[in-house]
Amino acid sequence: MLKIIRNFSRRILQSIFKKRDNIKLGFYGPPNAGKTSLANRICKDWTGQEIGKVSGIPHETRSVQIKEKVEIKYKGKSLVFKMVDTPGIATKIDYEDFIKHGLKRKEAKKRAKEATQGIIESIKWLDDMDAVIVVIDASENPYSQVNITIIGNLVARKIPILVVANKIDLKKANIKKVESAFPEYDVVGISAKDGINMDEFYESLFKLAKKV
Amino acid sequence: MKKIKKLGKLKGLRLQVLPYSEVQELNIAQRVKKILGLVLENKIVILQGRLRAEEEARLIEDTMALVDHVKSFRGIELAVIEPDLKDQSMLVKMKHGIAKRLIGEGNSLTVIGPASIIKEIKRDPKKIELLLG
Repeated sequence: MLKIIRNFSRRILQSIFKKRDNIKLGFYGPPNAGKTSLANRICKDWTGQEIGKVSGIPHETRSVQIKEKVEIKYKGKSLVFKMVDTPGIATKIDYEDFIKHGLKRKEAKKRAKEATQGIIESIKWLDDMDAVIVVIDASENPYSQVNITIIGNLVARKIPILVVANKIDLKKANIKKVESAFPEYDVVGISAKDGINMDEFYESLFKLAKKV
Repeated sequence: MKKIKKLGKLKGLRLQVLPYSEVQELNIAQRVKKILGLVLENKIVILQGRLRAEEEARLIEDTMALVDHVKSFRGIELAVIEPDLKDQSMLVKMKHGIAKRLIGEGNSLTVIGPASIIKEIKRDPKKIELLLG
């Protein structure tokens, strides 16, 4: 509770005395929603370099990855972000799931251990964010408790949120379902992998930055 | 006539209802400890009310620490059932508001169980389904 109050006061003071620069932009969501794919797409667009590795095996990102000073330009305006890509948040980790993805037992156990620590790290970083992009797989059911817990914690900390419904290139994707699950928030549908609808994403990102 | 599928043999399922009054006086750490203590006994906890957002985050953090340290513990499944007040009249909404102030989030129910027992909790706005492993 003290942390939340401290963070809130810091944000108020910053908004009064300091012009916002190097906005700490977090990428949060469940595993395999495409957080790193989106962060990579943005970093590649504006710096030419990626932030991290992606794969089809859940929990590929197991520690927080940071890219400093990413300058994004949109319609003549420019903003500088510190991109913070976080490990996917989950309520369970079973190393046997990784074995099903083809990993050897020892490797799977190591991955599970790192994944649990990554989730704890993600939650700890919540207090340091200026704004957060919640990345949701649009082909999955959006009413998962992890999504609700993430958004609830951001709201409690008064951190502005943009919901990204990723993977709209998939047949099963349903943006309307994501919109109706989170009616209070801006939802933008994209495909980070194929770069679909990134213009609308950048427009929403600049709107989000205004709330910081 | 449509054939009815045979139910698989259910070895045993333990549910524990946790009234709001039992956790009301506890701080975050104590609440989470109490819940996880029951989950580690392989019980599915039905908590009257809901945890605050920061308590849910703490529950996930402590669950992950336990996954790391307790052999065979894989984590939890968690879901909150809340009354859908979207299309209700102002009077019904007010009644719920008053009840909330008097007994906390007493209109909600939180289901928390070991991931080894609950394979998945499927939810949509109106219902939740527990799929047992």
